[in-house]
Formats: sequence, C-alpha cells, structure tokens
Amino acid sequence: MNDLIRSLVEAYGPSGFEDGVRDLIRPLIEPHADEVTVDALGNLIARKRATTGEANPLKVMIAAHMDEIGIMASHITEKGFLRFTNIGGVGSHTLLGGRVRFADGTLGIIGVDRMEDRNSIHPLNKHFIDVGATSRENCPVRVGDAAHFVRPFEARGRHLTAKSMDDRIGCAVAIEALRRLPADVSHDLYFVFSVQEEVGTRGAEAAANGIMPDVSIALDVTLTGDVPESRPMDVRLGAGPAIKVKDSGMIAHAGLVRLMRRRAEEAGIDYQLEVLEGGTTDARPMQLAGPGSVAGCISIPCRYVHTPSETVDASDVEGAVALLVTLLSADMEL
Amino acid sequence: MNDLLKQLTEAVGVSGAEKEVRLLIRDLIADHVDEWSVDTMGNLTATKRGTGDYDMRVLVDAHMDEVGLLITDIDSSGMLRFTNVGGFDDRALLGKVVQVGPHKVTGVIGARAIHLLKRGEYSKVVRIDAMRIDIGAKNKEAASSSVKVGDYAAFVTEYEELDGGRTAIGKAFDNRAGCAALIELLRGERYPFDLVAAFTVQEEVGLRGAKIAAFNARADAALVLECTPAFDLPKEQDRSPNVALGKGVSVYVMDARTIQDPRLVAHIMATGDSQGIPYQVRQPGGGGTNTGAIQRAGAGIPAATLAVPGRYAHTPTMMISLDDYDNIVRLADATLRTLTPDTFRRD
Repeated sequence: MNDLIRSLVEAYGPSGFEDGVRDLIRPLIEPHADEVTVDALGNLIARKRATTGEANPLKVMIAAHMDEIGIMASHITEKGFLRFTNIGGVGSHTLLGGRVRFADGTLGIIGVDRMEDRNSIHPLNKHFIDVGATSRENCPVRVGDAAHFVRPFEARGRHLTAKSMDDRIGCAVAIEALRRLPADVSHDLYFVFSVQEEVGTRGAEAAANGIMPDVSIALDVTLTGDVPESRPMDVRLGAGPAIKVKDSGMIAHAGLVRLMRRRAEEAGIDYQLEVLEGGTTDARPMQLAGPGSVAGCISIPCRYVHTPSETVDASDVEGAVALLVTLLSADMEL
Repeated sequence: MNDLLKQLTEAVGVSGAEKEVRLLIRDLIADHVDEWSVDTMGNLTATKRGTGDYDMRVLVDAHMDEVGLLITDIDSSGMLRFTNVGGFDDRALLGKVVQVGPHKVTGVIGARAIHLLKRGEYSKVVRIDAMRIDIGAKNKEAASSSVKVGDYAAFVTEYEELDGGRTAIGKAFDNRAGCAALIELLRGERYPFDLVAAFTVQEEVGLRGAKIAAFNARADAALVLECTPAFDLPKEQDRSPNVALGKGVSVYVMDARTIQDPRLVAHIMATGDSQGIPYQVRQPGGGGTNTGAIQRAGAGIPAATLAVPGRYAHTPTMMISLDDYDNIVRLADATLRTLTPDTFRRD
C-alpha cells in the first residue's frame, strides 16, 4: 500500500486546485465503481450500486478530501520576491526554511524578514518566498498562483511521514476499501473524494447536497496525545483507527458509533475512541446537508498535523481499511 | 452625469429593509426581462431568456443592501440610541447626517464640540453605544411621533462626479455599483443562455439573501458583481495595493470565503486580455462576497467575482473610478457573451 500512499501524498493539490490528485485517483477507482462523476465544484464521486438486499437501499456517502493546505502569492516585490497568504490552516512557525512548489513546477524557498527577536514567531506576512527571480518582470509566479509544501514521502518501519497525510491517507483508505469490497453490496455506496475541506469543508457540503445521503462517514486524520508535552488526548499512534465520538464541529451519531465499535470487535480490529477538542471534518457538512444524515468519522491518528512531516502508523491505516470494509459489507442497524 | 448610479446610490436600502431599492430596480429592469419575482427573503430575481444556443442557466448576482444603523431606544431627552447593521469603524460615524425611518427624518450623529472636550479625550475613540442620533426633538414624546424603535437609518450623501466626470463619490457604491452594472447587462441583447439576475438582500450581515437566491436559481454557473475596498493610498513599503482605483476591474482568485472557480477566472482573464479590457487581480486573502454563499448552494455552482474598486468602503462617502465602472460592465458582458458549456470542461 506504500506505493499508493507515496503517489498520493506527493501529488500537487492545494485547496481549490485538486485537479492533479483527481486525475491520479480516477483511474484507480474506475474498475471498482459502477459510475464515476465529477460535480460542479470538482468533487470526484464513485458510485457502487447495491445489488443485494432491500428494494430501497441506504445511501451511504464516504468522504475523504483530496486537498491539502498551501499558500497563494499575494504580491511580487520589485526584486522578484513573493509575499503570500495561507490556504487553510498554515502555522507561521512551520514555515522558515521550508520549500514550496507551484503548479508549473517552480520551486520556492521560504525566508523571513530580519528578526529583531529570535524568541518570537514572525507572523505570516513577515515571510517571503524566493523563487530565484531578480525582478517583478522575470518572476515566473503571478499574484493568485497557488503552491503546496514540498517534502518526500518516507517510511520508517510502520511510521509513514509526508507533507499531506491530511488527507491523502484518507483517500488511500477509501481507494483500498473500494478495491477490497465484495462485488455485491447491499447499500448504495458513494465514495466522494472531496475538494476544499481545508478552507471550510466546502466541497463535501455541495457533494452531500447533491447526493442526500442517509448515512455519512468521513475518513480523515486526527490529532494524538502521545508526544512530549502534548495536549492531553486519549489517542495514540499504533493503537488502531479512531472512531470519532465528537469534535468541535460535530457530535457523531451515537448509533453509528455503537455500530462501528461492534463491527470492529466482531472482526478483531483494534480501535480507539476519539474526542477531538479542536477542528472538524467533512462529516459536519454531511450531517447537516438537506434533511440531515446519520454521520460519523473513522480517523487515522496523525502526529504533526499541518506541518511538512505529518506522521501516521501503517497498522492504523490497515485497521481503518478493514473497519470500513466490514462496516459497509454488512447490515446497518442504527 | 451617470443617472443610474445617482438614482441607485441616493436610494435607501439598509440590510433587511431594501424595499425602496428593490422597487426602483424593478422599474428600471421590468421592460428588459421576460419575468421577475420576489422571494421570501426579498431578493428580486429576473430572467432574461437566452437565444437558445446553449442549454445553460447563468446567475448574475449583485446585492442591493447597504450598511446602516438601526434605532434601539429613544431616551427621555428624545435622543435616539442605535446599533450598527453591517460592519463599521465607529470613528466614521460622529458628526454625520442620517435619514431615519420610512419618513426619512433628518438627524445628526451628535459629537461633543471640540471646545468642550477635556485634554486626553481627543485621543479616545467614542464607541457606537455612547453615540446618539439627534433629530431635534424636545423629548421622548416628540421624538416618538416621527421615529420608532426598529426604524433603520442611512447616511445622506449626494452623488457627485469629480475629475472631469471620471471619478464619483456617493454612498453605497457597495453595492449599487454592482446593481447598476447588472441593470446595464439586462438592458443589452439576449445572451446565448438564460441569464438569471438576482438583486439580493442582506449581504452585509452575512450573505443571507444570496444563499436563498442561489438555491432557487438552479444555475450552472454564477458571476457576482461587487464593489471591493481599495487600499491604494501611498505606503512606504514595497507592498502592493489590494486593488487600486482606475487600474481596471478587480478579479478575485481567493478570499476568506472562497476559492473562485479556476476555469471561470481563466476565462475572465482571457476575455480581458483579448478584448483589451483592463483588470487587476485583487490581492488574495481576506474579505468575502456573495460568491461564498452561491458557490456552495445546492450541489455547488462554479462561481467567480468581479468588482469595482472603491475607496472608503463602509463610511458615508465612497469613491470609485467611472472608468472602472464602465470596464466592469464591458468585462462582465464580454465574459458572458463568450461563456459556453465548454468553459467548464475538466479535460
């Protein structure tokens, strides 16, 4: 599965500019879906129809977002340096010395204005990007061009590190689950690879309004409490996928949480329960779309979220795939 | 004199009370559209059917509402307490003339004369909750005969043209400039597709009208016409203005609420380049327009924003370049005339 993960996490796809990731995923899922479409905002939707079971099957939407955080050029100086703004939650303490790449391949290095005080973190607008230009005229970047952070994928035993585990690892789980599902299923499954999650779960909102699911499951990363001096949180790497109970934007449907736990226990899959104090996922707009849906989230624990070295554990990823497959293959009594 | 801008900016339509502007616009467009209606929120929606070349519906939005004030209490001395409707810098309010309620009672936001200020008070900002509107009434009873709690108040600013008629000042260019441009589009020839014009309410309090208008429009694409704050006064550092007056139509790429549809943005820029219509990319980052609500309506609508740069937004007097205004009409029209379903192909 590492080859799949590597190709996904190294692809270019800041929020709003997910075309490359979509082009990568589409051929991987087409053999396993009955129809594949792209909606108005760019969400990639793979539908696997119910072939067994009741006449009116449940519509189940599974969402993993394709986009990643990044930056956008907002000004080119006379000497050809870029000022920039954030796309999604970019912490300015993660920037200095980092590298970014624009859609056309241009590489940029992030520098910072002269530091009077080395103990303070400079705000975003005191940073600049050096793309090797010497003037506004020979700068290859225009105001409005987007870039993503650059860092190669690395596997250290079970620990996998990359710049965009959030949420290409969710995409990998969805792709792998779609491959492993039996040919015949009893629910109408909509695997949605969504856009613009990092800027406010915008893509999944539109996709959910189009699909109107009965049951919604987001696949996304969550924070952990297992590193030195971390904020207390009872989720750690390697202890299995996390079944979300609550985050700051959504309270998961209690019946769906119970069902996920039961299916995990029946299949002997290790799992953790997650309460996340900050942040939310595509499960929020799916829960609130149209007349509402039964919503939950399977999370992949991840250290160093929104830094260039987001780190997950391969066994948690495997567990998430197994849990999703067993959940979608069986009855859903909520 | 641009009579359309004069009429529209001198009309009063604070968020939630846009009726006067709605009726004015209805009369200005009625002969140029195939049908019009008003929805539950008060949005005025008009359809100009296309020539039939493309089976497509394109929504063009301009919000009718303006920022203003709302009367919250009349005190025993006949002074009116008020709160803001939409965002204000409190410092822009003192000493300004306002018109209150449906009868447009004149009042002034009173300020203590400088003769009576104590040392140290000069440097303090008076907050909105300490201000009063003075309508010259002797007491509460007298004030209550012409004004009631819940009445809206708007600024009083006459439209004027400066600089040989290429610059204009007035109130509420945000967003009567967009409304005027949309009216001009409706007065033109039919487009190759059905054009749905939405003059929307309550943008300034959170994009509320557009959410409903977009849901009902069932559009395949959307264009939002706006007036965006220009921060183009001289600065010491090498930092670009977000947009500058007279430098062309402001094209959005990203703001706090949207990433504009890249296909539509590319089409707008290509149209501007090929037809020689000046435009400038608005500095990406903050701000937000009705595009934020429209893009996510229903199952999603590809959307982009064009704006006239305006100085001194959300104060009683804004300034725009009439060249920029003429250019937004040209660029919006040319963008729409060359828009086809192929614009949105993804391969």
